Amino acid sequence: MRVPSYSIPVTVIGGYLGAGKTTLVNHLLRNADGRRLAVLVNEFGSIAIDEDLIEAEEDGLISIAGGCICCSFGNDLIGAINDLRTSDPAPEHIVVETSGVALPGAVVASLGLMDGIRPDGTVVLVDAETVLKQVADDYIGDTITRQLADAEIVVINKRDLISDSAATRLTDRLTALAPHAVQIETDFGKVPLDAVLGAVETPSSGTRSGGHSDALFESIALNPTARFDVAAIAEHLATGPLGVVRAKGYLTGSDGQVWLVQTVGKRWQAEPLDHQPDPQLVCIGAKGQLDSGGIAALLQTA
Amino acid sequence: MTGTTIYAARKIITMNPNQPEVSHVAVREGRILGAGSLAELEPWGDYELDTRFADKVLMPGMIEGHAHTMEGTLWRNVYVGWFDRMDPDGKVWDGVKSIEGVLDRLSEAEAQMTDADTPLSGWSLDPIYMDNQRVSRQDLDKVSTTRPIGVLHASGHILNVNSKALEQAGLLKPGVNHPGIPLGDDGMPTGELYGPDAMTPVAGFVGYDRAMTDCDERGLLDYAKLCVRAGVTTSTDLAARLTDDSVSMMLDVTARNRFPLRVVPLRIFFGMSAEECVEYTKALKEQSTDLLRLGRIKAVADGSIQGFSARMRWPGYHNGAPNGLWYTAPDQMSELYNRALAAGIQVHTHTNGDQATQMALDVFEPALRANPSPDHRFTIQHCQLADAAQFAKMGKLGMCVNLFANHHFYWGDEHYRLTVGPERAMRMNATRTALAANVPLAIHSDAPVTPLGPLFTAWAAVNRITASGRTQGEGEKIGVDQALYAITMGAAYTLHLDAELGSIEIGKRADFAVLDDDPTAVDAMALKDIPVWGTVQGGRIFPAAEL
Repeated sequence: MRVPSYSIPVTVIGGYLGAGKTTLVNHLLRNADGRRLAVLVNEFGSIAIDEDLIEAEEDGLISIAGGCICCSFGNDLIGAINDLRTSDPAPEHIVVETSGVALPGAVVASLGLMDGIRPDGTVVLVDAETVLKQVADDYIGDTITRQLADAEIVVINKRDLISDSAATRLTDRLTALAPHAVQIETDFGKVPLDAVLGAVETPSSGTRSGGHSDALFESIALNPTARFDVAAIAEHLATGPLGVVRAKGYLTGSDGQVWLVQTVGKRWQAEPLDHQPDPQLVCIGAKGQLDSGGIAALLQTA
Repeated sequence: MTGTTIYAARKIITMNPNQPEVSHVAVREGRILGAGSLAELEPWGDYELDTRFADKVLMPGMIEGHAHTMEGTLWRNVYVGWFDRMDPDGKVWDGVKSIEGVLDRLSEAEAQMTDADTPLSGWSLDPIYMDNQRVSRQDLDKVSTTRPIGVLHASGHILNVNSKALEQAGLLKPGVNHPGIPLGDDGMPTGELYGPDAMTPVAGFVGYDRAMTDCDERGLLDYAKLCVRAGVTTSTDLAARLTDDSVSMMLDVTARNRFPLRVVPLRIFFGMSAEECVEYTKALKEQSTDLLRLGRIKAVADGSIQGFSARMRWPGYHNGAPNGLWYTAPDQMSELYNRALAAGIQVHTHTNGDQATQMALDVFEPALRANPSPDHRFTIQHCQLADAAQFAKMGKLGMCVNLFANHHFYWGDEHYRLTVGPERAMRMNATRTALAANVPLAIHSDAPVTPLGPLFTAWAAVNRITASGRTQGEGEKIGVDQALYAITMGAAYTLHLDAELGSIEIGKRADFAVLDDDPTAVDAMALKDIPVWGTVQGGRIFPAAEL
C-alpha cells in the first residue's frame, strides 16, 4: 500500500499518571525547532503547558512560539484530529497524550480507521522509581502491563532516581513486558524529538537531519546510493543489534524505485513511493548503544 | 394557583410512616398543604374538592435516579427491540422476534422516508434473544443500498451498519485492521462494529453522532412524555456534558408552562480535569431552578459486564475473558472525590464490576477523612456485583447506592450462563443486602438501556425474575413496600431532594403518580402491569391520555 504524501503522522504517548507525559510534551514543544507540532492532551487533562512557551490562548487552543499548538481533545479525539487535519496550515506532526488508563494500542487502532493520518509510533512512559510497584498493583497493574505490551518505544523517565543495579533489573522486566519496544532512559522527559517523532519529515516537505544534541542520544545521517532489499534493511535496523530507536528515510530498492523506510522500536515499515526523493537515512539511538559503524556498513555492503 | 384544591382518592400511599395511607391530599401553590382525611384538611380554609381521582390510587411522584433523557431522542429512530415498548406518544411497539422482522420493520420505515440521503437509524436490537444471530451489512443492504443504515444494540456497545454507511465512513475497503471491526471472507468489514472505538467513525453517518447523547429540545419534550406515562415526576439525566447551549435549552424547556418533569442532570467527569469539572459544576449549581437541578457530577469507573469491560476482582469473568477497562484512573477518581468533597459537590460514580466498586470505596475513604462531610451522600450507581462486605463499607462511609434492578430481568440469564456465572449472578443488584447494611437504596432503569418505568423496576427488585422466567437470587428479593420506597424516597435521598420530594407530606412538592390500581394490594407479580393514568407535577395535572 502506498503512503499518501499528505498523511500526517500521529504519535501516541501513553503511560500511567505521574510517568511524565506532560513533562515530555513540554519538552517536545520547547524543542520543536521549527516543526509545527500539534499536541492533543487527554480527556482528563488540564493543559499544563509551561507558561513561557505560550504565545496565545483562545477557545482552549494554546498557540506555542514557533508554530506549535496544543489543546485538550475533550470528549472527542477523532473530531479533534479531523479538525487539525483540515486546518490551515495543517500540523506536520500530531502528538496525542492519552489518559493514564488508556490503552495506546486501542487508540492507535482507532486512528488507523481515519483517512489523512497515519499512526507513527507508540511511546509509553514509565516512572523508573514506581513502575514496578504499579505493575504489581491490583487495580492498575494489568492496565500498565497492557500499555507496555503496545509500546514501540518505552521511555524510562526519572532514571536519576534509581541506582544502576535497580536500572538493570528494571530494564530486564521491561524487556519482558514490552517485547516489541526499544527502551530509552532519560530524566525530566528529555527525549530528543527525533527519537519520539522520527527523524525525517514527510516526503513532501523536504529533508532534515537528526541534529539534536543531547547528552543521552546520538544520531547518524547517511546518503546511501546503492540499491537494497529495502524490507530486509528496515527489518534489520528495527530488530537487529544496532541500537536504533527510530530510523526514517528513503532508500533505493532493487527495483530502482525509491522506498520510504521507517522503524519505530522493533516495528518497521518499507513502502515504495510514487515520487523520487533523494536517498537518505537517519537513525537515532541512545549514546553508546547506537552502532554507527554497523549501520554504515549495512548500508554500504547490502 | 393560590387557591386550595383537595383531591379525594381511592387511596393515597404517602411514604410517611406516621400515616402510610390517607384518603385526601390538599394542594396549594404547587405544594402539599396537607395529607389526611377530609376532616383533617378542612381547617386550612376555603378549598375546592376535586374528585377526579376518586377511583385512583395516588403515590408520590416516582423518581428515576439513573436514566438518560436521550431516550426521548432515540424514539425518532426505528425501534427494533425484542420486548414490547411504549413510545412517547403512547404507542406500544411490538417486540421484533427475528432478524427478518427487524429488516421488515426497517424497510417499512425506509419506504416512508422522502429524502434520499437521510440515514435510517434503528435502536435496541438485542440478538441475545435470537440465538445471537449476527446482522451483516449484506442483511441491511436488503433494506437499502443507497441510504446509510445503522442499528444500535440495546447494550449501546454494538452498531450494525450497511455497506453505504461503511462506504461513507471510508471503511468499505480491505485491509481494515481493528479489533472491533470483524472482516468477512471478502476481506471487507462485515458491518458489525464492536465498542465505542469502532462505532465512532461510522456512527455520525447513521444518525448516531456524539451530540445526540446531549438530548435536544424535542428529545427532552418527548422524554418528559415518557415520564408522565411511567408516573415519573423527577428524573436524572445521568451523564450530560452540560454545555452552555444544552443548559440554556434545558432551562428554556423546563420553564415552559406545561413541562411536566423536574430534570436533574449530572455533569460527566470526562473531557476536563477534576479541578475544572468541580468548578464547572459549582457554577452550574447556581443556575438551578425548581425544575432543573444542576450541580452534581457523574464519574465512570469502568465499563459494562455484558461488554466484558467492567473491572472484576479475582477470579474474573466466568468465561475467562480478560479483565475490563478503567474509564477513570484510581488517582483521578481520588482527586475528583477530594475536590468535590471540599467544594460540597456530590458525585455519583458508575461501577459495574466488583473491583470498580472496591476501587471507588478505597479512594473514597481517605478522601472523606481528609474532607469531613457528614452528609455527602456520594452514590454508587449500578454497583451490580457488590458483595456484603462492600455494602457494609458503603453503609459505614455514609454512601448511597442505586442498583440496576432492571438489568436482572433483561440480562440476568446471560450473566448466569456466561459473564459472571451462577453464584455471582445471584448476588447481582443485591437490594436486600444493601438495605441490611443501612445503605440508602434507589433502583433504576438506565433508560434507554432498559425502558423507563419505576413500577417495572420495583417489580424486578421484588421478584428477581429473568427474561427466561427463572428466579435468580431469592435471598436478595425485597418487599413491595421497600421497592416502592426505593423509587420515591430512596431515589430522592440519593439526590439530596428528600426534604422536598419523595413522599406525600405537608410542605413537599405536589408531585404524584396517579395509578389505576393499588401497588400494595395487587399480586407482586402484577406490579409492573399497573396502569399509570398520569401524574400531578407541582400541582399541575398531566393525564397520559392527553399528552
